[in-house]
Amino acid sequence: MLITKNVKSLLSRTPSALKLCSDLYHTTPCLHHIKLLTRLRVVDNCEIGRQAMAEGKPPRVIAIYNQTHIGTIGDKVLVAIKGEKKKGIIVGVKKHQKPHIPKTDTNNVVLIDDSGTPLGTRIHVPIPSMLRTILKEKTLSKGADYTKLLAIATTFI
Amino acid sequence: MLSCISRVHRSTRLNSLTILRNLSKNSPLQFENAENGEKKLSIPQENRFMYQEFLPDPELKFRNQVREKLERSDMIKRRSVIDIPSFFVGSILSVTSADKHDPNKTRKFVGICIQKRYCGLRHEFVLRNVVDNLGIEIAYDMYDPTIHNITVLRLEKRLDDDLLYLRDALPQYSTFPFDMEPEYLLDGAPVPINDIKVKLKPRPWVGRWERKGYKGIDDVDQHITEKMKGQKKKLEEPWEKYDLMKEYRRTIPEEEQEEIFSEVFSELHQLSLSNKKLKKSRVYVKPKKTG
Repeated sequence: MLITKNVKSLLSRTPSALKLCSDLYHTTPCLHHIKLLTRLRVVDNCEIGRQAMAEGKPPRVIAIYNQTHIGTIGDKVLVAIKGEKKKGIIVGVKKHQKPHIPKTDTNNVVLIDDSGTPLGTRIHVPIPSMLRTILKEKTLSKGADYTKLLAIATTFI
Repeated sequence: MLSCISRVHRSTRLNSLTILRNLSKNSPLQFENAENGEKKLSIPQENRFMYQEFLPDPELKFRNQVREKLERSDMIKRRSVIDIPSFFVGSILSVTSADKHDPNKTRKFVGICIQKRYCGLRHEFVLRNVVDNLGIEIAYDMYDPTIHNITVLRLEKRLDDDLLYLRDALPQYSTFPFDMEPEYLLDGAPVPINDIKVKLKPRPWVGRWERKGYKGIDDVDQHITEKMKGQKKKLEEPWEKYDLMKEYRRTIPEEEQEEIFSEVFSELHQLSLSNKKLKKSRVYVKPKKTG
């Protein structure tokens, strides 16, 4: 903090000090984590999702149901979409992945209701095949059935 | 003079991290030499591009002669099980691998190789493709035992050492059909260099592509602001190509390369010969329609 303050004051006085300042600190590239208030892209054809994407107001994450609070493939999230609260499953992430795990250009989500039934009837983009195992493990007997999401997918990658 | 030297040194220190990650990357100078003939005379000259991952990490603190030797023997063992073709950044590959989540237990992915990194047994390459208008990237460890098959569909090179800017390029540059037919080159023909200039989407981008000095991007300056142009100019290091010490630090000396390849070359050569024979015996001729 102190260093950045010094750098700022230096910069205001002498613009030629820019080269020197760039040696003092560096900026790291973005990690693309899915955390609170991250915008997601709805990839199924549900009415509310389509409208929100068309309006240019994609949903925001307001809760992530896992231990680390950083969303990855297969995690359940609560999103704020068009003034409503909806649950969703993350089906594609932008952040760096380990070998064999696909990484997509956008953070994708499929909206579901409380019982795990998807709101839409089709997913237009490929989803990772590891979701098959992850969602099966998350489904408990008498709880929400998340595997219904797999039935509306078109392609797995 | 002194201040000049210190500045050069500082710049090398700043960039050391990126160099570390690029590992045994070959300099463009060496590259040109190999292209202008003399390729047939000395086989190891060609090897340092074909079998790039056999060269260790040039960073001294990561060197360990015994580990390197063990890794090389492990790599040869893996190569005797499956045919790992040599390819470059910009080549189009199809990789079939075991996938326990799939009902068929295998997964095939086709894409353009946008990055090759790490050396030795940990060598990794990243494939990129656009499926249903969604860009997808999958990284593969080259010596991963779960990989069933690696096929080169189109063997070519690009102007840059990595093609990470394809993430912000128009989707047409990284779209490849999954049922693509392999294209074969004649025996002994040089690897073609594709000098395509890629058009980028308007900003925001995921990286500062204008600063890296990529040759394969079509007119970066039309996308960036005046301020960014100034920053780009300030961060340029045109003296870098004359920095012999930096060059020395990021490459493996030729004598050492010869030593390494003399150790593995005979086995590699035999493996490639036997793979060629197998391929020839497996050639499938499509029956022609008659009548």
